[in-house]
Amino acid sequence: MIELKSREPAGPIEKRWTEHKANSKLVAPHNRRRYQVIVVGTGLAGGAAAATLGELGYNVKAFCFQDSPRRAHSIAAQGGINAAKNYQNDGDSVYRLFYDTVKGGDFRARESNVYRLAELSIGIIDQAVAQGVPFAREYGGLLANRSFGGAQVSRTFYARGQTGQQLLLGAYASLNRQIEAGTVTMFPRQEMLDLIVYEGKARGIVTRNLVTGRIESHLADVVILATGGYGNVFYLSTNAKGSNVTAAWRAHRHGALFANPCYTQIHPTCIPRSGEYQSKLTLMSESLRNDGRVWVPRNAEDATKDPSSIPESDRYYYLEERYPAFGNLVPRDVASRNAMYVCNDGHGVADAPDSADGKRRAVYLDFADAIGRLGESTIRERYGNLFEMYERITGVNPYQKPMKIYPATHYTMGGLWVDYNLQTTIPGLFAGGEANFSDHGANRLGASALMQGLADGYFVLPFTIGNYLGEVRNLEPLDEDDAVVRDAVRTVEERLTRLVDAPDAKTPPEVFHRELGNIIWSKCGMSRSGEGLREALEEIPKLRERFHREVRVMGSPGGMNQNLERAGRVADLIELGELMCIDALTREESCGGHFREEHQTGDGEAKRNDEEFSYVSAWEYTGDMAAPALHKEDLTFEYVKPTMRSYK
Amino acid sequence: METRTLTLHVWRQNGPTGTGSFKTYEAKDVNEHMSFLEMLDDLNEKLISRGEEEITFDHDCREGICGACGMVVNGYAHGPRERTTTCQLHMREVFKLGWTEVWIEPWRAKAFPLVKDLMVDRSAFDRIQHAGGYISVRTGSARDANETPIQKQIADSAMDAATCIGCGACVASCPNASASLFTSAKVGHLGTLPQGVPEREIRVRNMVAQMDAEGFGSCTNHGECEAACPKGISVDWIARMNREFVRAMVTAKDDVDARD
Ligand SMILES: Cc1cc2nc3c(=O)[nH]c(=O)nc-3n(C[C@H](O)[C@H](O)[C@H](O)COP(=O)(O)OP(=O)(O)OC[C@H]3O[C@@H](n4cnc5c(N)ncnc54)[C@H](O)[C@@H]3O)c2cc1C
Ligand code: SF4
Ligand code: FES
Repeated sequence: MIELKSREPAGPIEKRWTEHKANSKLVAPHNRRRYQVIVVGTGLAGGAAAATLGELGYNVKAFCFQDSPRRAHSIAAQGGINAAKNYQNDGDSVYRLFYDTVKGGDFRARESNVYRLAELSIGIIDQAVAQGVPFAREYGGLLANRSFGGAQVSRTFYARGQTGQQLLLGAYASLNRQIEAGTVTMFPRQEMLDLIVYEGKARGIVTRNLVTGRIESHLADVVILATGGYGNVFYLSTNAKGSNVTAAWRAHRHGALFANPCYTQIHPTCIPRSGEYQSKLTLMSESLRNDGRVWVPRNAEDATKDPSSIPESDRYYYLEERYPAFGNLVPRDVASRNAMYVCNDGHGVADAPDSADGKRRAVYLDFADAIGRLGESTIRERYGNLFEMYERITGVNPYQKPMKIYPATHYTMGGLWVDYNLQTTIPGLFAGGEANFSDHGANRLGASALMQGLADGYFVLPFTIGNYLGEVRNLEPLDEDDAVVRDAVRTVEERLTRLVDAPDAKTPPEVFHRELGNIIWSKCGMSRSGEGLREALEEIPKLRERFHREVRVMGSPGGMNQNLERAGRVADLIELGELMCIDALTREESCGGHFREEHQTGDGEAKRNDEEFSYVSAWEYTGDMAAPALHKEDLTFEYVKPTMRSYK
Repeated sequence: METRTLTLHVWRQNGPTGTGSFKTYEAKDVNEHMSFLEMLDDLNEKLISRGEEEITFDHDCREGICGACGMVVNGYAHGPRERTTTCQLHMREVFKLGWTEVWIEPWRAKAFPLVKDLMVDRSAFDRIQHAGGYISVRTGSARDANETPIQKQIADSAMDAATCIGCGACVASCPNASASLFTSAKVGHLGTLPQGVPEREIRVRNMVAQMDAEGFGSCTNHGECEAACPKGISVDWIARMNREFVRAMVTAKDDVDARD
């Protein structure tokens, strides 16, 4: 029987992490090289963890499926990273960042974890600057900040709209230094396809070398998954094409509980989709909402008119009107849902109606006022590369015409359940970054994912891994010839053969992926209903069955085969999609990114139910996809008293 | 919305040792809003449906930032539009040029061995960075980030170099297959910042030595790299790297003398 122990320390919240560290076990420097650590994923979380563990002297093997760690999906983050530095002297503090994150997460996160995150945010900026991350600066030479969606202080650090790339290059540089020093061995173009569990503990992984097709086993004393989020369950999302859930899902099937899968974040400012062939959606950083005003024509008849011909009085600045205190800076879920509503009501301004429901799904994001007030050069300085990207994709110049935007899936708050040490329910298996569920509750605030990935990677995991190794000390010896290892390899080989040899192979994996995406987007997306979710739960198992019968993979598993890679990822996303809908169906309340139509106030705001649902849903794989077992971790709030979020 | 049919000649090669050749495909219903890679996705889906192996190519973010994608399109690395990665090249740009036939090839360079079709092995770039593409700072030992103010112009200039996405178009477009633009961007980013100064000389020496060891050609100032670079990295960085390298070699000699 799995028991959920959060292992949170007690005592005053501001002392918890310090005391936890003081009470933890350490591994002496000369002993560290005896331990083998596997890090899967070299984005911000994994890259930072691998580099730091290497620096501490552990023997590290790091894996990623791209050809270089510098290409992990973290590279794409644009807007910025939060830290409670209070450099702007505008009243920010660790406590305020903690408070904002708990509240922003709609009271569905663990207070102790969130406090630690806020506390560690400070050191991240110091670390990044020391590595040479060229954050934006003021003329006086000090670091510049901006305010970001939902925050009333300026605590976001940024690097010309490519903050993710610059932070990742920083982590990658530290990783390179360790690779050169010989403490980290890097395995690019390798995909983890299974976890090796021996005597109840995670002891290694099975990978496929994507170039040669060889199935390999890699053994270790401890395994970290930092494999990113599962937003691609929606098919169209702002995630990189390769982002997938396989590593986490395989761990789940071995007994790691999967927490809150239905908490997904829909980002309000993305470029609307232009047709069936669309392969992914592009995010326009929400920092744009600092200066851009969101509106639609008040009269539905004006939806196809040139926006400049619509007089001010006929423009409906719906966020400013409905939420006077926060206006265009309301949190992501609120902004997204409102865009959906105005489009449902026929005010949308997309070039073409959506093929599914005939609605024009886009709203304006208008910079005319800001350009008038600040001048085009200031706007160019702030958002130049985003404007350029917009023009590239749409062929429209946003300095002259308002942008058109629509929400898209962006981030997944759910993930592997972890305790305060970031350990999953499988001893020796840890999860960091977007792959775990830990810090954002039901909704993540802007610029907080980079912060969390780096806090996990630089500061939490290197420490808690030491504690784990200090506790278990000498693990049972295990070698590649052990039956457990050989079985794990064989299981993977058989799974790949089944994908290549589907009985009635005729359909490319993308077709199934797109179908899955349509089901999830329409029934488990921005708004969910019991009825829709029950339909989805009828449809997904059929899709899964059809997938395994009809998927077509050309070529063999014996070499580079992207068709096979995609098929394997889609297979796991379909299974995850089903769990997502089950989770959404059991959560009979609206909170954060999870909006249940049955649970809303008279004026359409989310209605949370703390009496019954103040818990983390952690799902156990039972072998029957339709009947996973639910475990609950109750959440208690000692510091931030749950209130109804109100951005009015 | 405009759609056209294009004839694509795509380099197909099974592996590093095989011999490759162009294969011709008809791409139907190519739409002006599609990206170049979406056109290939669409073709690949059709190939799989009719029982053929799809075309292999690297890609991931599709936002012009990860540097994974890259192919030579009618002779241009990343295609004809300046400052644009292949994933951000939209078909309306191809239509504008009136092209009806498109030749698609992988990056070609001795230091980038071919993996399959349009995919190459750029691990040489990683190894150049292992050789010195970092500032030695231990996690947790950094001082407060605002302790050393950095002039905005200097920070901006470092940022200009840091925008390099490591795609390899500079190598692919250079007649000598030189990696000077890439290496100089990395050297320039770190060396421009005060944090990077202590290791500036050893960094440039080691990175340049690794670049040479990987078998990249030497720079003879053609400037094709800057024209092909999706991030607009300027060849001025190469001149700076060369100056820094000469200076570093002089001090290297001094180091040796000092030890004698
Ligand atoms: C377009 C965009 C913009 C964003 N902007 C911001 C922002 O401004 N601020 C912010 O805070 N957050 C932002 N986010 C969110 C943030 O970027 C991510 O949540 C975060 O970077 C995730 O980091 P990670 O290290 O957890 O995972 P990732 O960076 O996704 O890395 C995953 C790693 O795992 C590897 N991997 C995955 N599966 C396997 C496998 N099976 N085998 C081997 N390796 C595997 C991959 O190769 C990769 O190295 C943005 C996200 C998107 C999509
Ligand atoms: S210098 Fe330009 S072309 Fe060369 S790798 Fe960097 S971004 Fe690509
Ligand atoms: S796919 Fe990332 S730059 Fe083109």
